[in-house]
Amino acid sequence: MKPSRFEYFAPESLAEAVALRDAHPGAAVLAGGQSLLPIMNFRLGRPEQVIDLRKASELAFVRVQNDVVEVGAMTRQRDLERDEGAARANPLIAESLRLVAHAVIRNRGTVGGSIAHADPAAELPALLSCLDGSVEVAGVRGRRRISAGELFVFHLTTSLEPNEVITSVSFPALEPSWGWSFLEVTRRHGDFALAGVCAALKLDGDRCVGQVRLAACGIGTTPVRLSTAEEALLSRPLTEKALREAGRAAAGYVTAGDETQASTAYRRQLVEALVRRSLLRAAARLERRTS
Amino acid sequence: MTSAPSFGTRVRRNEDERLLTGRGRYIDDITLEGALAVAFVRSPMASARIISVDTSQAMALEGVHLVVTCDDIEHLDTEMPLLIPDPSLTSPRTQRPLARGEVFYVGQTVAMVVADDRYVAEDAADLVEVVYEPLEAVVGVDRAVASGARSVHEGVAGNVAAHSRQRSGEPDAAFASAEHVTSVTVRVERSSAAPMEPRAVAARWDSVLGELTVWDGTQAPISVRGGLASLFGLDEHRVRVVAPDVGGGFGQKVLLFYPDEVLVPWAAVKLNRPVKYIEDRQENFLGSTHERLQVHHIELAATRDGLVTGLRDSFLHDTGAFIPYGLAVAQVAAGQIAGSYRIPNISVDFKAVYTNTVPVTPYRGCGRPHACFAIERAMDVLADDLGIDRFEIRRRNFIGTEEFPYDRPGLIFADGQPVSYDGGDYARALSLLEEALDPPAFRAEQEAARSEGRYLGLGLACYVEGTGLGPYEGGHVKVHPITGKVYVNTGLSSQGQGHATSFAQIAADEVGVSPSDVVVVEGDTGEFDWGVATFASRAAVVSGNAIRKAALIVREQIVHQASQMFEAAPEDIVIEEGKVFVQGVESRALTLAEVATMSNPLRYAFNKAAQSATQFTPAARRDGAALAEGAHPGLEATDYFSPASTTWAYGVHGAIVEVDPATFEVKVKRYVCVHDCGRMINPMIVEGQVIGGVAQGMGGAFYELLDYDAEGNLRNASLMEFLMPYATEVPRVEISHLETPSPRNPLGVKGVGEAGTIPVAAAFASAVEDALAPLLHGHLLDVPLSPTSLHAATRAG
Amino acid sequence: MTGVETSEAVEAEQKTSLRVVVNGTAYERVVPVRRLLSDFLRHDLGLTGTHVGCEHGVCGCCTVLVDGRATRSCLTLACQVDGLSLTTIEGVKSADGGLHPVQQALSDCHGLQCGYCTPGFVISILEVLNSPDELDLSEEGVREMISGNLCRCTGYQGIVDAVRQAAVAMGRDGDAGKGAPA
Ligand SMILES: Cc1cc2nc3c(=O)[nH]c(=O)nc-3n(C[C@H](O)[C@H](O)[C@H](O)COP(=O)(O)OP(=O)(O)OC[C@H]3O[C@@H](n4cnc5c(N)ncnc54)[C@H](O)[C@@H]3O)c2cc1C
Ligand code: FES
Ligand code: FES
Repeated sequence: MKPSRFEYFAPESLAEAVALRDAHPGAAVLAGGQSLLPIMNFRLGRPEQVIDLRKASELAFVRVQNDVVEVGAMTRQRDLERDEGAARANPLIAESLRLVAHAVIRNRGTVGGSIAHADPAAELPALLSCLDGSVEVAGVRGRRRISAGELFVFHLTTSLEPNEVITSVSFPALEPSWGWSFLEVTRRHGDFALAGVCAALKLDGDRCVGQVRLAACGIGTTPVRLSTAEEALLSRPLTEKALREAGRAAAGYVTAGDETQASTAYRRQLVEALVRRSLLRAAARLERRTS
Repeated sequence: MTSAPSFGTRVRRNEDERLLTGRGRYIDDITLEGALAVAFVRSPMASARIISVDTSQAMALEGVHLVVTCDDIEHLDTEMPLLIPDPSLTSPRTQRPLARGEVFYVGQTVAMVVADDRYVAEDAADLVEVVYEPLEAVVGVDRAVASGARSVHEGVAGNVAAHSRQRSGEPDAAFASAEHVTSVTVRVERSSAAPMEPRAVAARWDSVLGELTVWDGTQAPISVRGGLASLFGLDEHRVRVVAPDVGGGFGQKVLLFYPDEVLVPWAAVKLNRPVKYIEDRQENFLGSTHERLQVHHIELAATRDGLVTGLRDSFLHDTGAFIPYGLAVAQVAAGQIAGSYRIPNISVDFKAVYTNTVPVTPYRGCGRPHACFAIERAMDVLADDLGIDRFEIRRRNFIGTEEFPYDRPGLIFADGQPVSYDGGDYARALSLLEEALDPPAFRAEQEAARSEGRYLGLGLACYVEGTGLGPYEGGHVKVHPITGKVYVNTGLSSQGQGHATSFAQIAADEVGVSPSDVVVVEGDTGEFDWGVATFASRAAVVSGNAIRKAALIVREQIVHQASQMFEAAPEDIVIEEGKVFVQGVESRALTLAEVATMSNPLRYAFNKAAQSATQFTPAARRDGAALAEGAHPGLEATDYFSPASTTWAYGVHGAIVEVDPATFEVKVKRYVCVHDCGRMINPMIVEGQVIGGVAQGMGGAFYELLDYDAEGNLRNASLMEFLMPYATEVPRVEISHLETPSPRNPLGVKGVGEAGTIPVAAAFASAVEDALAPLLHGHLLDVPLSPTSLHAATRAG
Repeated sequence: MTGVETSEAVEAEQKTSLRVVVNGTAYERVVPVRRLLSDFLRHDLGLTGTHVGCEHGVCGCCTVLVDGRATRSCLTLACQVDGLSLTTIEGVKSADGGLHPVQQALSDCHGLQCGYCTPGFVISILEVLNSPDELDLSEEGVREMISGNLCRCTGYQGIVDAVRQAAVAMGRDGDAGKGAPA
């Protein structure tokens, strides 16, 4: 389990990285390496070049402005998790991060790497979907922004061009009027989720659901925004009936086939339960936040 | 007279400091100047003919020294030995170091590369071009024995390697007259020992001396030495096998020979350079042995009040593609199928079945967890069928204290001897569990919880464990004349069990020193070369008693020597904390080093103590020879222990769990373990063994399985997907000890290495079933239990 | 597992020079760019106390501190730590050169058997006990703290107890009462 041979670059700037990326279509971008290196050690991936972003220090930052938490792609997951400004602006970010692997993996794993890796069971992509966030990418022809809805295409596949690099990830803030929750079920602590549900919720004056955002990980080929479940809840109080209907709607999004660790039928039930519990938890937090 | 015995106390481990500071000596830590690295080309197919192998590109790669196939390995191109033959093993098949013409499982070694380092070796392995013609793979025991199944090995019809039948009492009569019969089919999934250090072998050939040194992370260095000497045609003392620190074994490291164990020494001789093979994690899943998969169909004949009169078990044992270790796993399962119960009439049949999967050899428990799962689940079902409490039905069937030794004539254990339990108080163990878990109080709590939609369950499982098998081990004890340290050697090896402390305690107490002044050296044929191996929870029993015997002799030597030096009666000699003196005159004490020096008549006075030991001192002047006829110099003795029969440890585990009815996650609220392994040498180490065993049992109960697809691909050959539990998945274990000395050895000890693992799956299945009873259709008869399988069990009609 | 691309694989291996400080000692070495940090420490620097159990980030045997942060050395290329400062098990000791409280506690509580996982645990525990983060020394909290390192021998109980003992010894037991076993 040793990586095959490659040519190694450690560009000092984003511009240099982008140029290298463009010059070497067979290259892999190396961020935290917590997904790329296992793949290379198993020789499931044999990139001809590796472009290490560690020296591109302009890519490591956390900025909170205009109701957006903008995170440089090379920001370590652990640093974002501990960032007080980000936590104030959007407590769901730290909650999601604590579910990512173990702390030691988050010490090196980056926010951009997790999004770029696009594992359908990963938490950060689901969070980005839930919040309608976006990423900024850079290529030789300049920068562009891709919304979460357009970013995640398939299992481990994004809509990035092969010569593009993610520069930052933008998570919209959640004002105090929102309740929030990320719940998941894993086999072992720190494992990828069998299913997880990320929820954010606003209640209006008569305790009916004013706005709601729901996304799931682990149930399909991408993170999944549970739109019909959201619709089922709008303008209704969180009654048993509403929760059940939302859960059922969410279960309909499960496309993952029968796997050893989770059958499709089990995942459906799991998503249903997680939607319900996540919504109730979000609502309870809202109560605490506003009272 | 000696100081307070260390036996039975929580002595801190002698091995810890080294291991805690990064000074361990695992095989890959041993520096061998100029060592080359090995990588293997392994079969990607479960069953295929090899059409061609082209090694030319690999050979051309810079840094590659050797690329070999079966055609190049001379006398090693042969089937490896069948280690444990058995009359019922009618179609044994063992593997060649490198496949010839055909491959039988994914991971089988096809070619070997030796290169400058492992990176280059892997590059070269990738360049070896093998053309395969795929054959239909046979996967799963049920499929393998189904009519029309293809034969894994030509000439083995029905894929049955062995068919064994054993009878004790009159089972047919018992079933014919039974008032009730309960029958269930249970399944334990395939798993792996997965020690944290994968296997490793290094070898160095000294062409000047004609000596081969092999460092092997093995549980059986002496047996490996014998085998290598015979394979290479060398005298045994020209081959030294060393098992240095080994990072866990659990059975997986007892097989000889893995292909690498013969090919690495061969390459070292061939190239006249040191060669190392450090298995990686993927190879540990694909190339090192597995265990556990058995399907038991078990029936209990009983009276209406729950007295079990007969047991009939027929099971399939998946042995993988080869059967190098014979029938050990199946044999042990068969031998203890009736568990802790009297059950006078038994019939047990098994078939060992070939499949196109990694070969199977013992993994901690070796058939015991499977047998325990079968009998304990059957007892629970019987209890439910008859409406009897699960504790009560066990109590009614336990072998009573007055019935020991309790024989099961007709059943043979893994040592080839008849099954004969030595002793214990099974009912008392159960009472202790009841006291700890308080079932009546639990039932009330369970009921209250259910009314809130929470599902609590209590389960239990009893077990016995045949331990401490023969044939024998030896112990060598020597007082070092320079330092006065007591050296202890034995032939087996440690993979973390704390031998350097437990064996030290035994020797320390007999000789009269502190355990920290005892240096245990084992696993090195250069130091001691009679013995067998570490397996079947036998080290404490067999080596422990041998060391005690040798230490007793050394003690006598010390007393004899000191009584001469002090001109005192032997009864008046005291040895305490390494000092030797005449009762009452401690001020004139000699050190053990001095006594040891004096016991060796010297010519040269190389140090102060030696001055008085030379033959020229007045004290040494005597009539006749310096060494009396029959005497030997120094304080040193070797002795052996060969148990006539097995010792039987036993116990009962109980669990209280809560199951989430929506997600089917299981939370362990209590885990209680009552066990009896005879007299405990070091309770701290015993508890470590038990708790570690429980954690492995948790793995088998809930998490670990090796997931083969129908084509014979192992889908989860990584620790990412083979779900070994972290600390978060393992509960705190509450332990109660019982100590019934075994009558079968002087120390009164029984083995404990495997005990913790055995009943865990059965106890959890019992507990989870109890929790989910209102939702379940039927019983939980397969492990591991996963959220998905529990979900399915609540759905099935 | 059979033949793949030939031309690239046969090309010469790219090497790079790197400087690191490990346990206070500065090293400069030329290594192949694909060399894993775990192999660099073990085979180039001879610091074999760092172990390798999986090479895919799951077992934790290879954990070392990189600029004070616990890091999987098997998921890090040696060249990625150029210019950084590392601590491995060989560098862990108490002020007087004896066992560090974490090491001492592991021995006292029988938190190790074969010892293969032990260096990784020591490093992981050390990072947490040295960090400014609030500690949760409840049974569950400690188990979560060490989840990320696998041990096949001990069943973890001794390690959990050792974390608590070490936290007390290091004066980090503000919450030690919480959830402690009776
Ligand atoms: C044991 C273990 C458990 C884990 N458990 C989880 C878990 O539960 N949940 C979870 O979400 N993750 C988990 N992970 C994955 C972890 O979170 C990774 O850190 C993360 O997915 C990838 O981040 P990275 O910075 O390490 O990226 P890398 O591994 O460096 O890169 C990953 C991929 O993204 C590409 N990439 C990286 N950065 C960029 C960029 N800026 N622009 C374009 N492409 C880029 C790389 O080329 C590569 O293809 C686990 C990992 C391990 C080892
Ligand atoms: S070897 Fe690095 S985590 Fe296992
Ligand atoms: S002590 Fe052996 S793996 Fe932990």
